[in-house]
Amino acid sequence: MSEEQPVARHGNSRNAAFWTPLFLAWLLALLATAGALFLGEVMGKTPCVLCWYQRIAMFPLVLVLGMGLFASDMRSVRYALPLAGVGWGIAAYHLLVFWGVVSEGLVPCGKGSSCADADVQVAGVMPIPLLSLAAFTGILVALWVARRRART
Amino acid sequence: MSRKWVVLGTVAAVVLAFVAGVVVFTNRSNQEVKQAAQANSEALVRPHSPVFGNPAAKVTIVEFFDPSCETCRAFYPIVKQMVNASFGQVRLVVRYAPLHHGSDTAVKILEAARQQGKYWEALERALAAQPQWAAHDRPQPQMIWDLIGDIGLDMAKARANADGPAVAQVLRQDVADMQALKVDRTPGFFVNGTPLREFGEAQLKALVEQELKKASTP
Repeated sequence: MSEEQPVARHGNSRNAAFWTPLFLAWLLALLATAGALFLGEVMGKTPCVLCWYQRIAMFPLVLVLGMGLFASDMRSVRYALPLAGVGWGIAAYHLLVFWGVVSEGLVPCGKGSSCADADVQVAGVMPIPLLSLAAFTGILVALWVARRRART
Repeated sequence: MSRKWVVLGTVAAVVLAFVAGVVVFTNRSNQEVKQAAQANSEALVRPHSPVFGNPAAKVTIVEFFDPSCETCRAFYPIVKQMVNASFGQVRLVVRYAPLHHGSDTAVKILEAARQQGKYWEALERALAAQPQWAAHDRPQPQMIWDLIGDIGLDMAKARANADGPAVAQVLRQDVADMQALKVDRTPGFFVNGTPLREFGEAQLKALVEQELKKASTP
């Protein structure tokens, strides 16, 4: 049994090349989570249904990737990727709803706030689903880079 | 283990930034609400509004009220008690903030009862039974008619008045004032024109005490 093989793959590798992109992915998830909580809890914008689904994908990324960073555990990428992928899909769909490409009648937004409402914007210009899509895209790219570096 | 410190330091920095953001945002919105209250002081009390307590009281609590709102229901006995215990020094002015679906209908019924001098009776009946008629997903404000059937109203007249122009005008004015004063949740309290920003029973009582002191030391 060689000593390096499992260690380099799974954890506690001090100079793991994947650590920096993993950190960037986690940082994006952390900032997005803080931002979502600020909009919802401090500014009092009620999250619509699609926003909630994106939160469900985004919030655990902070913990999953955070644990991965702590243990320099490459496997965390595997568990984070499906979350980020699903979140990306919902964010993309939400953006289409917001821009009116897809009619809101297709999503269950009867109660609470509307997902296509102009209120789904930061400072009146930046649509929140676009921010969300950018964050999920960044996370996916960073995770992909991390995985590539871990393999080589 | 410097990487762990990088992670922990980042968490600390983001938490700090978040807290700073909360402070800045809260201050700014408090300022905005105060300015809105000062700039629109005439919008606080309109002659059409129901008044509970001594009309000449030194301290006026303006409450933006939604008959379907659970917290308004919970606050009703508290505010009533504050007025009753003040020996005529505190009065309550009720303004409407129909933020829930069906609240406007409830307000219309209450206002129709007011035209026959039965406002507080109707209000208390409606609030007591609020859990039955004010479910937010399926409000049935029409049920209030049955609840107030025996308080001595001319029901045919009341039903006609509820849809009349006078009641509609009250509702329109209150909603306009609610927006001008930036009231976005209920109950929205103002005490002698000062908005209650940190919500709570103790905070409301403290604000009233403060205004009472101000009023008694000229």
